Amino acid sequence: MLKLEDINVQYGNVRALKGISLEVREGELVTLLGANGAGKSTTLMTISGILRPRSGHITFEGHDLARAGAYDVVQLGIIHCPEGRRIFGGLTVFENLRMGASRRQDRRAVQADMDWVCALFPVLGKRLTQTGATLSGGEQQMLAIGRALIARPRLLMLDEPSLGLAPLIVRDIFNVIQQLHSQGVTILLVEQNARQALQIADRGYLLETGRVVLSGPVAELRANPEIERFYLGGSALPLDGKHPAGT
Amino acid sequence: MNTIQYLIQQTINAVSVGSLYALMAIGLAMVFGILRLINFAHGDLIMVGSYAALLSLGLGAPFWTAVLIGIAASTLVGLAMERVAYRPIRGAPEVAMLLTSFAVTIFLENVAILIFSPTPRAFPTPPILSGALEFGGLRISAVDVLAILVAAVVLVLLTFFIRRSEAGVGMRAASQDLLAARLMGININRVIVMAFAIGSALAGVVGILWSIRVGKIDPLMGFYPVLKAFVASVIGGLGSLPGAVLGGYVLGFLEILLQGLLPSSLTPYRDAFVFIILIVLLLFRPNGILGSTEKEKI
Repeated sequence: MLKLEDINVQYGNVRALKGISLEVREGELVTLLGANGAGKSTTLMTISGILRPRSGHITFEGHDLARAGAYDVVQLGIIHCPEGRRIFGGLTVFENLRMGASRRQDRRAVQADMDWVCALFPVLGKRLTQTGATLSGGEQQMLAIGRALIARPRLLMLDEPSLGLAPLIVRDIFNVIQQLHSQGVTILLVEQNARQALQIADRGYLLETGRVVLSGPVAELRANPEIERFYLGGSALPLDGKHPAGT
Repeated sequence: MNTIQYLIQQTINAVSVGSLYALMAIGLAMVFGILRLINFAHGDLIMVGSYAALLSLGLGAPFWTAVLIGIAASTLVGLAMERVAYRPIRGAPEVAMLLTSFAVTIFLENVAILIFSPTPRAFPTPPILSGALEFGGLRISAVDVLAILVAAVVLVLLTFFIRRSEAGVGMRAASQDLLAARLMGININRVIVMAFAIGSALAGVVGILWSIRVGKIDPLMGFYPVLKAFVASVIGGLGSLPGAVLGGYVLGFLEILLQGLLPSSLTPYRDAFVFIILIVLLLFRPNGILGSTEKEKI
């Protein structure tokens, strides 16, 4: 469905991605793992058309994305739920969801999907007329995911959906991701929380300094001694020092 | 004229002047909200619209046709500005965009000087607008009435557009988080073009009202209006549309108030006092009256 081949991305003189190749097949939940600065978010931004690759190919269902702009990528059904939630704080919850549906013309179906999103995250349904800024961190993350879902993504890209959330909320969010996956939504999940991600994903890629260093079905990755030691190892805290702070 | 009448008279003056500042400030605020660009060339759109209207009058066009031509000219030049000067540097540092807007200003003003010469030209007041409403000892010129009415209508329409329409909500979304708006598939080019179109058309409207008020136009006439509009949007909170409108009226009131309160030997320095008040205001509310008090978005 989505295929990246030998993608190189540069920020000024810094090579952020050094020849990344990966693939997401229809209906799969694929996770990108790696420490801070490994290139996970950069990969998503490149797929979204926010960043332009220096070289390499990106194809999505036969469309060439390497030169496509963000607007066109969304039109194809690739929806990127960015790191840090980035909801529209001054807009109401309803307006946030409405903006998520910008790519869609079928107003009636959008209305039905509003109900679906509100059933998935009941708290959003109760807060439709409140501005996004008044929501708690967990609620904002739910809104961010809801806003992405209402676009009816063919491919949903989630960047660190659990970052900075309390453990109970993290569990809820992962439950929803799992639920979406079982409904057939294709998902590309970026996570620092490797343990959780490897539990729910089908396959994974491990990125280090802009390169894919390991890839395979999650069972294989979990068994890999390097992943075991550096990403799942005894310590409950991620090794890069990013503590899962409360909201 | 008794004190009450005097106060009412001055309030009307303030609302009229404030309406023009508010209409100008909206254009600045819309563009700033999305692009973080302070478009100083916005003032020159006033000049473009006024000259276009005067030119069409000279060619024998009826007054209201000339007004429409003036507004259309401002809009077209505003859109051209976005396409030619600002789009290529989108995402550049704010200083680069600010300097570009100075370049656009200098370019437009010099083109106007080349074509029309720096000599001011008289701008005619059409017969319908040369009169004044008189009642109860008050005298309100027809131009003031028109300015107040136009601003009221524009504000109602604009509020409706910004609150309800898909494009309006998209514009607010883009001004809050441009990246998130792009990721949600909001057509950013369309939003930006729309912001320029609305702002430029309003500048055209202001240009004509301003020119009738002042009675003459010249190639550098846009400087003071854009400066005032900038001050207005800073007072209200840069980038906030309600702030821009509020700031416009506050500035109008401040000016008229100082005009009335200052001893006549100091009235030539009225603007200096306005800026002193602005500085004091910014010391207490660095983000303006309606500007958010929160720090950078995370």
